[in-house]
Amino acid sequence: MEITLTHYLVLATVLFSIGLIGVMRRKNLLMLFFATEILLNSVNIALVAISHYYGDFTGQMFAFFIIAIAASEVAVGLGLLVLWFKRYNTIDLDNMTQMKG
Amino acid sequence: MFETIAFYLFSVLTIAMFWITVTTKHSLYALTALAAGMIFISAFFFILGADFMGVVQIIVYAGAVMALYSFGMMFFDTTRELHEKSSNAKLVFGLSGAAALIVVFMVAAPIVGGNIEAHYPIVEGIGNSQAIGMVLFTKYLVPFEVAAVMLLVAMIAGIVMAGKKMDESYSELSEEEIDTKNAEGIA
Repeated sequence: MEITLTHYLVLATVLFSIGLIGVMRRKNLLMLFFATEILLNSVNIALVAISHYYGDFTGQMFAFFIIAIAASEVAVGLGLLVLWFKRYNTIDLDNMTQMKG
Repeated sequence: MFETIAFYLFSVLTIAMFWITVTTKHSLYALTALAAGMIFISAFFFILGADFMGVVQIIVYAGAVMALYSFGMMFFDTTRELHEKSSNAKLVFGLSGAAALIVVFMVAAPIVGGNIEAHYPIVEGIGNSQAIGMVLFTKYLVPFEVAAVMLLVAMIAGIVMAGKKMDESYSELSEEEIDTKNAEGIA
């Protein structure tokens, strides 16, 4: 059986849904970061698969820049998280109610 | 044939790993499962002929990002079990429903794929890394440089926020003491 573009897109959708489940149910901010990594990776799979099946490099370029953005997001996010942990000794999402959101 | 077997094998492995990541109660299990999932995702890139992306995935995610996360887990108290309480069932229900609806629309939407032309076509005969380099350093040179500057900014931000005074805990100080310390640091 030939693997088509649809197979890869369905796989990316499943992984994206798993990431969404993680975003919705996690309260620990570090675990929330893990879920966002899953979201970014599932999108990367879809982009590279489209790039392969349409014979165009644009998808791979986009995936490359997404990886760069994910790396800088982790650096800044972990810095903020370390600051928050030093000050309040917890990284639970429920305690971050200062902005009354 | 091997492509099919590899696709299904790595699909099952990736989904299982990411499922463990979002459901487990131990953050160490979550971290290791996430790292394994990242490696398995690079297998898809190799199957799809995007060798460069596969190597970048391993180096950046399994190398750099995972090292950052393991540093964070050493810093935070991760030995206790995580507990998730589903406080707002209505909100979760509504968000899940909306997400499922959007997925249905995305899958059912008509795909206009007939007259798509490749702007930067994949050429036969040269390697993937070489071709990526040619596209990256001609058509995508400006985004590449902007991404480099952005990574530099992120690095400086990480050093400034996390790097100073790792030996003292702000949670044991009062608000006034923190403010005076910050004022001293700025002055």
